[in-house]
Formats: sequence, structure tokens, C-alpha cells
Amino acid sequence: MGEQMTGAQSLVRSLEHAGVTDLFGIPGGSILPAYDPLMDSKQVRHILCRHEQGAGHAAQGYAVASGRVGACIATSGPGATNLVTPIADAHMDSVPIVAITGQVNSSAVGTDAFQEADIRGITMPISKHSYLITDPRQIPRAIAEAFHIASTGRPGPVLVDITKDALNAQTEFEWPETLDLPGYRPVTKPHAKQVREAARYILEASRPVLYVGGGVIRARAAAELAQLVELTGIPVVTTLMARGALPDAHPLHLGMPGMHGTVAAVGAMQRSDLLITLAARFDDRVTGRLSSFAPDAKIIHADIDPAEIGKNREVDVPIVGDIREVITELLSVLKAERENGNFGNYGEWVQQVLGWKGKYPIGWEEFADGSLAPQYVIQRLGELSDDDTIFTSGVGQHQMWGAMLLNFKQQGTWINSGGLGTMGFGVPSAMGAKVAQPGRTVWAVDGDGCFQMTNQELVTCAINEIPIKVALINNSSLGMVRQWQTLFYNERYSNTDLHSYRIPDFVKLAEAYGCHGLRCESAADVDKTIKLAQTLNDAPVVIDFVVHKDAMVWPMVAAGTSNDDIKIARGLAPEFEAGE
Amino acid sequence: MKRHTLSVLVQDEPGVLARVAALFARRGFNIESLAVGNTELEGISRMTIVVNVEDSPLEQVTKQLNKLINVLKIVELDAAQSVEHQLIMVKVHAEQAVRSQVIEVAELFKCKVIDVSHESIAMEATGTHDKIQTLLNLLEPFGIKELVQSGVVALARGPRSITDRQGK
Repeated sequence: MGEQMTGAQSLVRSLEHAGVTDLFGIPGGSILPAYDPLMDSKQVRHILCRHEQGAGHAAQGYAVASGRVGACIATSGPGATNLVTPIADAHMDSVPIVAITGQVNSSAVGTDAFQEADIRGITMPISKHSYLITDPRQIPRAIAEAFHIASTGRPGPVLVDITKDALNAQTEFEWPETLDLPGYRPVTKPHAKQVREAARYILEASRPVLYVGGGVIRARAAAELAQLVELTGIPVVTTLMARGALPDAHPLHLGMPGMHGTVAAVGAMQRSDLLITLAARFDDRVTGRLSSFAPDAKIIHADIDPAEIGKNREVDVPIVGDIREVITELLSVLKAERENGNFGNYGEWVQQVLGWKGKYPIGWEEFADGSLAPQYVIQRLGELSDDDTIFTSGVGQHQMWGAMLLNFKQQGTWINSGGLGTMGFGVPSAMGAKVAQPGRTVWAVDGDGCFQMTNQELVTCAINEIPIKVALINNSSLGMVRQWQTLFYNERYSNTDLHSYRIPDFVKLAEAYGCHGLRCESAADVDKTIKLAQTLNDAPVVIDFVVHKDAMVWPMVAAGTSNDDIKIARGLAPEFEAGE
Repeated sequence: MKRHTLSVLVQDEPGVLARVAALFARRGFNIESLAVGNTELEGISRMTIVVNVEDSPLEQVTKQLNKLINVLKIVELDAAQSVEHQLIMVKVHAEQAVRSQVIEVAELFKCKVIDVSHESIAMEATGTHDKIQTLLNLLEPFGIKELVQSGVVALARGPRSITDRQGK
């Protein structure tokens, strides 16, 4: 016999059993019963957010920074629908979160009751799994399953929607010791034969590239990856989601591939004869026009999700498994081969790609009027930061510059919205990351467009003593959209001017929110402003970096074109053959 | 495009049908026929889904289906190694002058007459997709007043069962 209690108490007890220590949310009518016992929990700290979207992104930032499941909670109807964006974002980027939502009384479900929304139906295509709980006895099992499903296999978001009457009813609490999920058995151990086959391809290749994706970060496999690179000497590219999986300073690291990838990374993949794909998914932002992507390459594709393998690109060696186990197995096979005198010979190829890397570093042009270049700000921020500093970002130009120029040294130090491309991700995800890692510095590298979507969470940070730092790259415009208008719409700037040069006044806004507000408008002041921000740890800090609006992200492969058409500046293509 | 028949074992839980149907819709596949019912095992339902699609997108949709937590097993049934039937009920114009001809067609196809009135006959028929289509083509000239069809159900031939090893 379990202990007698209400469904609401059972929910809080279940969250405690699931190991939740931090929960981001906002109360409301249908979830109200759960908030009463939550007040008494000694384990669960609830952080009252200012918008449910912020709570959801905070849970994501928390999850990526901690390696554990992030949790958020909201009421029915609009509370739940405000979680839709973070849930979709977590689904695209494989972030383990559990979202708890209140639902109207079960007798009112389906009647268009006040604050009713079919959130389970709405989130079906954008969640890993979802529950609608009307019977309080099912609460512990649903919570246990939700945390298990979110965190195992390919991680992802799970929604648990609980009706108000189930929360109010008396029930008995019993935490399930075992889970019965016959339809859910993720394969983690790779097939030995496939791993040997992969090793054979690697030994026979002459122009191999390690194509490293976000799954390596999720699996915390940076150490194993580093060993693989040392052992084989194969050049590496890390996708937007995998930045930090190998230190950027590693000599064989060619940088990020894709639409705004480095010349060396994009060029190496295009000319490769073997892509060793580790938990990446051949996203269109990486491949460019798929039919002309890496035309000569054979493909090894290892991923924990069998549905990713062969989805976009036909595969020669498929490997299903946890990427850390895959790399470990591959290492042992390749080591044994090496002892028998078998190893790849990639010397000429490595010389060639390192030639491109040396010839085409990420660079930018300063403006003649002396105004601040955003790239300089971001590069200095990276250089002045500790190795374990966590950076989050919004979506757009500042995100690309962050990915290119922050100079990552560790896994899990770059948290951004890759798949969904959610503007406004930066501030709330930084809040979540800081809660997960209070001893580390957390910077949100944000744009003025993104910042204005979710900056209300600075209030949450100020009140709850979560001192994040925001580097606001303020170019007074929706910069990436403006860049496309410059390049593809004859410089007709339709609705991309945000006029945020002084409206809002971000320094005053920060101060109004209980944060420190700083402003920097010249290159000469960049270092001292960053250093000043680093000393301010009693409250969040916002630096308004007023930058030139005409800065553009280069290199670039225009959408829908071939990676072979990469440009290093407007109308300027790199010369690969002269790269030696 | 090729016609494929999938047998999908699912946990009998609310929302499963919506999940499966939505997945086909989201990946841009049209379900030609769908039948759902209980199996000999408690708590496990079986869906028979017929789709027209090329092999490689079908593999992708099968993998995506497998990711649904409530989906237990998916088997593609080979037409040569399985029996596929559907049920129809059809109401046909059958005034005095043509009634015997309508009945003749019904008998030829081993249909069962389920209702008769002065100007119509209703009958039910079971059989393969092709047989049903032929029957409907022959009834067409008399005038079909109403037609209702079940989804296709299919069963593999031989002693083995797709529910083997699914019991507790």
C-alpha cells in the first residue's frame, strides 16, 4: 500500500523522486493545486519566470549545462501553448526536458472550457512523447516514464498534462521501481561488425573528414573524440550544435561547416572521400544543395536514432548506437589495427586542408567611420573569458559570429537554438544554465531583435539572484534578415530596422530590471567594459554594444545553392587549388 | 509508387491512432486504407495500413513510426505471402426490370444480400482489393446509391504470428 495524499502532492513527490531540484514555471488556475505542496518541498526550488516560453528555454539551458533533465511547469491553455516553442526547440535539438502542464477538469475536457487547450494534441508532432493524466494513480508512473524517456536514447521533450481534478483527488503514492515500456528500447551498443566495417573504410580512405554533430555533446563524448582525432590524425569539423566538442584551437579542427562555415570545413567536406559522421544529421544548413554535397564521399553514419540514418543522404556504413560507445569501440578496433601496422595515410590531404585553414581564417573588415565591428566584440569576449565560461545565444548574425569567434575550449559551453532557430533563446537559456552551473560565468550573446523577445526574464534573474551576463550586439536591426535583403533583395530593407539605437534605451531597461547596464560604442572600450562586467556579480549585467548595422556574416553559402559556391565576401570565392 | 501493407502492433492507449495518422500526414503520405482492432492479446491493438509510396520514403516513415513509444512492432506484409481482405456494403438501384441481373452479379461474387426494397438491393462482400474493384465496376451501370467500405485487414500465411513474443 502506498501513502495517501492528493494528486498534487503525488506530483511533487514524484518530481522529487525523479531528482528534480530546480523547476521553472508560472502558476495559473488549472495547475494551482500543484503549487500548494510545491511551496513545502525542501528539494525542489521553483523559479517563478515572467513568461512560460522563458521557463521552457530555461529548462533547456539547464539541461544542456547540467547534462540532466530540465523541468518546467505551466497552467492549462495559454500557459501550455506558451511552452510550445521551447518544446519544439528541444525536439529539434534533442534537449531532454519534461514539461508539466495543468489541464481543465476531466469533465470539462473537450467543451472549450476557460483556458482549455488540447496541449497533448498540439505537441504531438513536436515532442518525444506526451501524456494526458486524468487518474491521479497514474501520476508517479507518468512522471517516472517522462524523465526516463526524455533522458535516454535520443534525448527530447516529454509533456505531462494533468487534469485539475486528478491533482485535487485523493490517491495513493507509489513510486514505480521498474518501468514497463515495451515499445521503447533504444539501441545504445553499436553492432561490432558495423564498427569493424567503419574501421576498414577509415583505413582505406585518403581524404577523410570527421563530421561531428550535436549528439557528441549530448553524449558528453568530447574525451573519446579527442582520442580518436589523436589516434587517426583525421581533420575535424564541428557543426553549430557540436561547437566545443573539440577545442577550436586543436590543429586538426577546421571549424564549423555549413552555410556560415569556414572555407576549410566546407571545402574539406566537398572534396572528402569519406565522411565519418558522428551524431550529426545532414541538416540542409550543413549540406547546402543536397545533390551536390560531398559528391565523392562515402558515408559512415553513426547515430542513436535509426531514423536519422539514411534520411537525407544515402549511407555506406550505418551504425546505430550511443555515440560515446561507438567512438570507444571504433578506437579499440583502430588501435588493434595500428598495432598490426595498419593505419591510414592522410598526410597529403591534411596538408591541403590545413593550407585552406591558414589561408582563409575567419576575418572581417573594420568600418571607416570607426564604429564598432560586432565580430571584434565577440572575439574579445571569447579571449577574455575563462575556459569553462558558458555562452548562450539567440538566433541570427550574433549567433553565427558567436559560433565562429568565441573560441570554444570545452563541451557544453555553447548553448544555442540550432534546428528550430528560435529568436529569444539567449536570455532565458542563460538563466537556466546559470542555475545549473552557479559557479561558472554564463554569458548570453544576444542581438537586439532577440533580446526584445524574452528580456523580461532578466527580472527573474535579478530577483532570484541568477547573475547572468548579456553581451547585446545592438545593430538596431534584424541583422541576418537585413543581410539577406542586402544580398538578395536589392538592399530594400523592408521591416528590418528596429530603431533600437536608443529606443529602448537598453542601459536604462537593464537598470529598471534590477540589473547593471553598461554601454560600449568603440573598440577602445571593449576590453574594459567586458572586464568591468566580469567584476559585477551581485546582479545580472547587460552591455549594450552599439555596433555597425552593415556588418555581414562571411563566409556564406546562399540558401539552396551548392557548397561549392561558398563566398568569403560579397562576390568573392576562395581558391581551393592554390591552397597548398 | 508501390502499394505497401503495414501491420502495426500498438499499445491500446488513448491517442495512439492520432499519433500514427499524424505521423503519416506530417511526412506527406496519404493513407489509402486503415483498419484498427484488438488482437488476441489484451492491451495490444493492430493497425493495418495501406499506403502508396516508394520504398525509401516508406523505410523512413517506418523508422519514424518505430520511434513512437506506443508502437511495439511494424511488419510489412508481402502480398504473395499474405491474405488481404476488405469488407464493403453497397446499395444498388434494382428496379423490377434489372433486379435479377443485380442478383446474378451478387451471386457471382458470393455477395450476401442484406436488404431489399422495391427499388434497391443492399449487399455485403468481402475479398481482395482487386475483387472488390471488379464487383463495383460491374454494379456501376445499375447505379450505386450508397457505398461503405472497411479498411483492408491482412494476415501473413503460415504458422508464425506477428504477435509472437509480444505477450508478457
